[in-house]
This record gives sequence, C-alpha cells and structure tokens, in this order.
Amino acid sequence: MIEVSAFQKFGDFTLDASFAAEGRFIALFGHSGSGKTTLLNVVAGLLRPERGRVVIDGATLFDADRRIFLPPYQRQLGAVFQEGRLFPHLSVRQNLLYGAWFARLSGKDAKLARVADLLGIEPLLSRYPNRLSGGEKQRVAIGRAILASPKILLMDEPLASLDDPRKQEIMPYLERLRDEARIPIIYVSHSVAEVARLSDTLVILAGGKVRAAGPTIELMQRLDLLPVVDGGETGAVIDAVVMSHDDAYGLTALASRAGQWKVPRLDAAPGKRVRMQIKARDVMIALRQPDGMSALNVIPAVVAEIGPLDAPSVEIKLDCGGEALVARLTRYSVERLSLRTGTPVFAIVKSVSFDRSALGVAWLKSTDGGCRDRSTIAKAPRSSSKRK
Amino acid sequence: MTLSPDEWTAIRLSLLVATVAMIASLPFGLAIAMALARRDFWGKALVNGILHLPLVMPPVVTGYLLLLTFGRKGPIGAFLDEHFGIVFSFRWTGAALACAVMGFPLMVRAIRLSAEAVDTKLEAAAGTLGASPFWVFLTVTLPLIVPGIIAGMILSFARSMGEFGATITFVSNIPGETQTLPSAIYTLTQVPGGDAGALRLTAISIVISMAALLLSEFLARRAGRGLHVAT
Repeated sequence: MIEVSAFQKFGDFTLDASFAAEGRFIALFGHSGSGKTTLLNVVAGLLRPERGRVVIDGATLFDADRRIFLPPYQRQLGAVFQEGRLFPHLSVRQNLLYGAWFARLSGKDAKLARVADLLGIEPLLSRYPNRLSGGEKQRVAIGRAILASPKILLMDEPLASLDDPRKQEIMPYLERLRDEARIPIIYVSHSVAEVARLSDTLVILAGGKVRAAGPTIELMQRLDLLPVVDGGETGAVIDAVVMSHDDAYGLTALASRAGQWKVPRLDAAPGKRVRMQIKARDVMIALRQPDGMSALNVIPAVVAEIGPLDAPSVEIKLDCGGEALVARLTRYSVERLSLRTGTPVFAIVKSVSFDRSALGVAWLKSTDGGCRDRSTIAKAPRSSSKRK
Repeated sequence: MTLSPDEWTAIRLSLLVATVAMIASLPFGLAIAMALARRDFWGKALVNGILHLPLVMPPVVTGYLLLLTFGRKGPIGAFLDEHFGIVFSFRWTGAALACAVMGFPLMVRAIRLSAEAVDTKLEAAAGTLGASPFWVFLTVTLPLIVPGIIAGMILSFARSMGEFGATITFVSNIPGETQTLPSAIYTLTQVPGGDAGALRLTAISIVISMAALLLSEFLARRAGRGLHVAT
C-alpha cells in the first residue's frame, strides 16, 4: 500500500495531490508542468512540502502533522532519473555498488552478478560512464538503484532522454524488473505507450492535482480522460494470451475475451500473457462484417459510449465481449453510420498497427512461477457502465 | 653557478614557508569555498568581501594589520602565545601566516569555482542511494573538485613564493628566520656588489615558479583524466 499526499505552493503553481494505491507498478502520468516529478521528489524526500504524508507499505517517511521527515538517505529508496546521474569518477561496477555499500549488503558480489545479468550490463562493468551509450547509462542507473536494496523504486522518466530503439532496448528490462523485483515501483512518465505497457495503477496528474487514479486498464478506456491523457497516442489496453505463431507470415495469434487477434510475430511462448495497447486512431468501425478486406482483426462489438460531439473527432467506446476498445472517428462518420449506444458493430484493426512499443509482456505470467499474482487489478470489473 | 650558504638558506626557507602556508590554509580554504559555493547565509557578501581584501589592499597594509592582531601584543597573538606558546612575530611561522593570508583568496576562488561546477543533482542521487551528507561530500563532491583543489594549492604556493610586502612588514627581514627569496633579493639589491647574488636568486625564483606551474598543469590533467569526464 502506498499513500502519498502533498500540498505546496510554488509561485503560481500549487501542488495539491494525493493518492493511495495497492498496485505494485504505479505510473504518475501527466504533461510537463503537471507536477508529477515534483510529487516524485516528495516521495524521495528531495522536497519537503508544507503539508502531506508519505507512507510506503506501512513505513511513514513523511508526515507533516506528526513532524516526521526522513531525509532521502534514510528512506531506503532506489531512484532512477531521466539523465541517469551516474557518478563520472566511478566505474560502472563502483556505480552499481555505491548504494549497496551504504545498505551494508552481504553477498554484494552475487547480487551484483544477478542484477548485471538481469540488465545485460556484465560487459560494461569496468567501463566509465563517459564510455557508455544513453541506453547503457540508463540500464546501469536502474541496476544501481536496485542494488541499494530499496523498499521502493522511483523512476523519473527513465526513458525520456532516449530515442525509440533505445527505449525498445530497455523496455523488456523494465518488464522483467517489474515481474521479478518484489518492490513497488513509482514511475513518472508522459508517454502513454510506456504507461499502458508497464503499469497496473495509473495516477493522472494535471495542473498539480490528481485528475484520476485507478487501475490502468480501466482509466485507459475512460472517454472523459482522453483529452487529459493525450492527442494521438491513447487507446484501450488489453491483456491477452499467446495462442500460436505463424512463422511463414511472421504473425502471432492472441486470444482475449474480445476474440482472436493477429499481431506481428511476438517473442513469447504460447500460453504467455501479453499486454497490448490499441490506439484509438487505429480502430475502424463497420456496421456489417466486411469481406474482401486486408485487415486481419475484425472483432464484433457493441457501442458502449459515445464521447462529446463538439469536436471534429469523436471517441467511441466499444464493448467487445466484456473487454473495452476505444475508437476515434470523425463526427461525420459517427453521424453517417448513425451510431448510438447499443449499436452492434465490427471493430477493425490492422495487424501492422501494432508496433513494438504497443506490445509487451503482461503482468500475469502463466509460465513461470515465483511471481505474485496481480490479477486483482488486471481483472477488475468493468465498472465503466456503472460509472456513467 | 654556485650559491652561498645564505642564499641556500633563503631558498630552503622560502620553500618551507610556502609549503606550510599552502597546507595549513587548505582546510580553511576548502570549508569557506564550500560554504560560499553551496550555502546561503547572512553576511555572505561581507565574508566574500573580507576574503578578497588581501588581493586588493596594498600588501604592506595586510602585513601591518597582521602585526596589530597577531603580533606579541596583538589580541590574537597574545592569546596564542599565552595559551599555546605559538608565536608569529619575527618567526618563520609569521612569514607562513602572512603568505597564507595573501594566497587565501586565490585558493578559495579556485576551489569555489570547481565546487560550483559540480552538478548538485549527482549529490542528490547519492543521497537517494543512502549516502548521508558527510559521505556524499567525501565520495562525490570531493573527488569531483580535486582539480580545483590542486589549482588552488598551486596558486597559494606560487603567491607565497612571491610574497614580499606583507611578510617584511609583519616579520621583518631576518636572515635564516624570516628572510625568504624575495626579501633576500631585495636585500642583495640594496648592498654594493650584490648584483650577482640577486641575479642568481632571481633565476632560482623563476625556475621554482615555472616548476610549480608545470606541476599544476600535470596534476590537473591527471585528475581530469581520472575523472573520465567526456571531452
């Protein structure tokens, strides 16, 4: 359980945010200036707000009313920053062991070897930070934070300074970390793709306030949050299972409650859970089952909700056998097809629109054990109809 | 070129005075430089101003002020003499004190500049990794400002080797006790037939100054390489 609340005025910006989450991978999401990094600094102890509280799994790190404020070095954190912040005068090995030394770890070398293996940084151990690429630096920074054996891992846009290939290089490591390290992670990001792929709990910040907080899958389908979230990148998140691979055509078949999906070949064994984000702008709607069409994913659905009709483009939430999809159409199309709540339709998604950043290994792993089951959040009831 | 025993004495004394001045002022210089670089405190501008006075005042004035405060009858000098048996006036220790005071602003300035160039975000990162402020200073800040510390020490040393006005005012010009290289050269130029000696000592002085400069370049480059800072 993680509880954070903070109130602090900075000139004309006021941070007045609080959230409580059971999740283990909490994404603080918002545009620049929304206060997400400031809130993370409150958790880290780098900022002491006028009022507020920070409680991590029962340990009170900050409580303004009780005048408790632990400085960062007593909070047992691991922090990863946007710019890496590796110590330039220390080798990669020394950087990695820096926090471990203060944590007075026993068996440092074994832990170092394991983390270096997890992050794929063994070949870099004797190098110095100036001889590392951006992606390598971030992996070392992540390793350094884990090796401090923290009670919580804080990540402040660890991928923001990297180009797309580097992001794809690190993403799988973050997924492994999420599934293998048994510590909660608070992850600050303004990227919908990262948040959709990694987090189980989403806290959306805007103007220093929490706009919404809850399970990622639920929030990603809420039409009222779309304007807050982003322009072109939003879309529903679906957890699915790998069914089979078609190597001849380089495709993978996935099954979810909505039906079968064909996506570009995934590197995951059949039976493995994967998470995919389907961008609203990639979803088309047809009234009849189309034939003679190139798109491979045709999913029967019912219109569940139609967003505000005051803009040229309109978001439509579809119910596909209990799973939600969000489609973005022009208002003209909505009127031409005379879509209403309850209209039966077919949702069409081209397989090629699943780029690598939209597909990731999901939370729930059926193949390897040892990982805590986090199904409570992923399987949370679709409460959207009740809410509206 | 042969040197007379008196000339050797002056050289040895100069090196001793400059080295002691450099080493003794380092802890104070480091502390004040860090305070000026990192902290905001009441009277910071005043401290900074007083610190720079020896740079802008005539050295004779500095020497005279030292005589008034650290002399046997001066308030601090009397106290130190009474309680610790430390005497500055007309001793080589006094020459070292005068040199330390004259070189202090240069040392503080060099260390302060390098401390201001250290990214405080690195220190914050060290804090989140469990390092207390003391350990952050020892393991992050200090290694990163080594080039500035070396530069400050060399500047202080070089200033001491050339210091004349404050020294001669404070501790006079006693051969074997307070007669450093510049004082010895000055004395030689004041006596008939001293030209050759003055010239010899001048040459030595140039050699020592050059050596100090080269050494500082070498050390700074090595420290820079040790830092592996991308260039």
